[in-house]
Amino acid sequence: MSQITPEVIAQHGIKPDEYKLILEIMGREPNLTELGIFSVMWSEHCSYKSSKKWLKTLPTTAPWVICGPGENAGIIDIGDNDAIVFKMESHNHPSFIEPYQGAATGVGGILRDVFTMGARPIANMNALRFGDPSNPKTRHLVAGVVAGIGGYGNCVGVPTVGGETNFHSSYNGNNLVNAMTVGLAAKDNIFYSAAAGVGNHVVYFGSKTGRDGIHGATMASAEFDENSEEKRPTVQVGDPFTEKLLIEACLELMATDVIVAIQDMGAAGLTSSSFEMASKGGLGVELDLDAVPMREQGMSAYEIMLSESQERMLMILKPGKEDIAKAIMDKWELDFAVIGTLTDTGRMVLKRHGEIVADLPIDPLAQAAPEYDRPWVAPAKQPVIKAEDVEAQCPAEALKKLVACPDLASKRWIYEQYDHMVMGDTVQRPGGDAAVVRIHGSDKAVAITTDCTPRYCQADPHEGGRQAVAEAYRNLSATGALPLAVTDNLNFGNPEKPEIMGQIVEAIKGMGEACRDLDFPVVSGNVSLYNETQGTAIQPTPAIGAVGLLADVNKHMTLAFKQTGSNIVLLGETKGWLGASLYLREICGREEGAPPPVALHRERRKGELVRQMIQDGQLLACHDVSDGGLLVAVAEMSMASAGRVGAALEAPSTLPLHAWCFGEDQGRYVLEVSDDDLVSVLEAAEAREVNARVIGKTGGHVISVGGRAVAVDELKAVNEGWLPAFMGGEMSGH
Amino acid sequence: MLLKITVSGNPGGQRNAAPAPSGWKVDGFRIKKTVSDPIQQGSPVKAAVIVFPGSNCDRDVAVALEASMGSKPHMVWHRDTELPAVDLIVVPGGFSYGDYLRCGAMAAHSPIMREVKARADKGARVLGICNGFQIITEAGLLPGVLMRNAQLRFACKDVFLKVENDRTDFCRYYRSGDVVRFPIAHAEGNYFVEPHTFREMEDNGQIAFRYCDADGKVAPEFNPNGSLGNVAGVYNSKFNVLGLMPHPERLAEDLLGGSDGKLMFDSLVEALS
Repeated sequence: MSQITPEVIAQHGIKPDEYKLILEIMGREPNLTELGIFSVMWSEHCSYKSSKKWLKTLPTTAPWVICGPGENAGIIDIGDNDAIVFKMESHNHPSFIEPYQGAATGVGGILRDVFTMGARPIANMNALRFGDPSNPKTRHLVAGVVAGIGGYGNCVGVPTVGGETNFHSSYNGNNLVNAMTVGLAAKDNIFYSAAAGVGNHVVYFGSKTGRDGIHGATMASAEFDENSEEKRPTVQVGDPFTEKLLIEACLELMATDVIVAIQDMGAAGLTSSSFEMASKGGLGVELDLDAVPMREQGMSAYEIMLSESQERMLMILKPGKEDIAKAIMDKWELDFAVIGTLTDTGRMVLKRHGEIVADLPIDPLAQAAPEYDRPWVAPAKQPVIKAEDVEAQCPAEALKKLVACPDLASKRWIYEQYDHMVMGDTVQRPGGDAAVVRIHGSDKAVAITTDCTPRYCQADPHEGGRQAVAEAYRNLSATGALPLAVTDNLNFGNPEKPEIMGQIVEAIKGMGEACRDLDFPVVSGNVSLYNETQGTAIQPTPAIGAVGLLADVNKHMTLAFKQTGSNIVLLGETKGWLGASLYLREICGREEGAPPPVALHRERRKGELVRQMIQDGQLLACHDVSDGGLLVAVAEMSMASAGRVGAALEAPSTLPLHAWCFGEDQGRYVLEVSDDDLVSVLEAAEAREVNARVIGKTGGHVISVGGRAVAVDELKAVNEGWLPAFMGGEMSGH
Repeated sequence: MLLKITVSGNPGGQRNAAPAPSGWKVDGFRIKKTVSDPIQQGSPVKAAVIVFPGSNCDRDVAVALEASMGSKPHMVWHRDTELPAVDLIVVPGGFSYGDYLRCGAMAAHSPIMREVKARADKGARVLGICNGFQIITEAGLLPGVLMRNAQLRFACKDVFLKVENDRTDFCRYYRSGDVVRFPIAHAEGNYFVEPHTFREMEDNGQIAFRYCDADGKVAPEFNPNGSLGNVAGVYNSKFNVLGLMPHPERLAEDLLGGSDGKLMFDSLVEALS
């Protein structure tokens, strides 16, 4: 057994004061296996030690919430015994080292979190952030990440229905890959992870355990030196075919009545799954590591416990049900092994070759992990930038540049590599405000979106946190869906720096306010910190994944203009806010200013109004106004329309034209309304005290404003052209 | 069957739209039956969907079949060695065995495929979609091979297809020359066959669909995978086996964006009942 030196402790990422706590808990010096287990269980990733204090402040309950944070995923009730299970999770660091496998296993992991709870995955989403396109590594990362997400999701047969992709130099050294899965379960057949029943068997199934992804594999230790084999890379390798088998086997097993508790082996593999299950059940566990199905010979207890081999599950079976479970695993050709027993000792006892190789108390590791109240400073407020102080450009020219800029350019090159139609229920495909996926065999549907505007969060994390939630709320409302709940994926830099910790604290506060005011609880989430390279942190990116419900899928609304001669109505107030806008960044080359504020009480009223109008059949099209402002929103509605229907807009004289066109004032929607419905729409808005005015008419094939015009086809060409050209120019048009 | 318009004789060869056979009328670009079959009226069509461990379009195609047939198809597990008595066998899309070897190569050797071949030889209709096309081609039910897409990427999008031969059980509700819209979702749909075989297939009318634009123009720029002659789907020489890369089952309902694909299932039900 190797000696536990200060170097070995440091290599495990354990701080000296944490090691003191370990000695106290153990009452002796831990061996290497035990130290490795402490190390992963107390890692930021597993313990949320820097963020927990603040995550606790988020609202997590509502009458429709079945299960909030703390389980594998969150669960909400959508009626008729249908429950939606969903979560978003990051795989940032692995995707930067090995983009294909890093992204692929990110998808695999989040899928398992969802089907572990008894849900069939029905949709995947992803929120991606890459470095500046001019950075030589960016193209390689985009290609690998997209191929990895597609390679995994396409094979398992779950549609990847949408997401978002941004580019910014702050991500040059740390791209973000946040993957979300939405699943459908029967409300009366949900599975949790709390172990129960002393004497019940602990069962392992799925793939075999190998040496991939071992946390400490890079560490030079005496124990590893004894092995002659080369160290394996620390990024795991995914096998989507096995995942597909695992989904079907799990769901088949869950239709029988044999499972007490079940949990996937995600980060920290067998360690975290067994500890969490035992800890939640207040029990102990004894594992015989010799029984673990292994891919290679001579694996040590350390390696077995810390392996992050993919596509593995752990469950507690009801007594005497092994034969039923094994028959199902045999059908799907998956490994199955009884590897241990639940005990009442509250301790984790691991045996290898008949000897006890680790003996640890469970609770202090799992539930009593260190929690830090890290020092933080609130970020300095940015000045409000007046429209008069921002250069005015020809709106047609600026629009053309904006729709072709990396953040707004069509992401078709990406989503066409994802099978977004398999399962036969994708009602709204990628490219709209939110994806709409029908609940199979019913007239209900869920709308799904992911949102975050990192440049707002950089300028003001508090306001940016509010905005991310509000935009998700708007995107769901714009399809007609009632927003129900969110999952959050908080991506930040090093929390040990007070200014970064300040970003985390303020963003969570902002998100919490918005979630509370919009009745939009957080039911699951994930935190990814230390996204820094050479001292430079990413823009704060609290990505929000959100789910809403459409009671009647036939009434779902899309953003495409439908016809000529309709009225274009703008809901919400326009003051021409250009601070932290895309116009300011892309047209004027300035990244500065306070971001637009979000008025939450009005936000809710507007959402209700829009949903009511969609429900009443008063709208032909609906789109929320976000990046790039009003003119970009209108252009997107034209570009999406089958007939490339244009728009003639009349700008008010009370504002500078560029501010009216490109200001990013929050809480706005553009509606297409026929003459017949116009009066009732305007009256409905007035009744709810929502500002609504006709700003133009649909028609022609150009977008015109202030005496300038640009053809929709021309916009479409540059909008569709950028990404394929960037990625190599060989993408076929469609 | 009185109204059978395909099979024996010379089903192919004619590349232009034929006039509607007696008992049928042309409605727009669709062909509708005007007289019901007096012998087979009401006899339900029986279909089977083969399910491999990595199939993932089995449910989708079962839904589309049920909508056209009025009853559920049999779902047959790949390890089964026997098929129920059915008129139609569908080999669905997916990643049969993960596609770690050549797509469809392992599935082609599964026990059930021997039975599918035997049934096809006896005249049962076999429809292979996407990975199913790869499987039945690997199993020798169709000539040719499916290679990696020319642009080396997975492609999921709607494409336009030109119907090349409406005188088959699969396409009797289309007219030759029709343009239909089906989605594709594959990385290996680049169809290739020896040139002399290809010429024979063209002459026989064995080309089912070609990639084209919305106006029916067949040109390389509308080919999403580099297939020979823009081929999207082919028949065997007896016209009871069709393999195609695009997914008719994915646009078989207006809510999902279109229903051009439904006509293929309706055609089969009409032909087989």
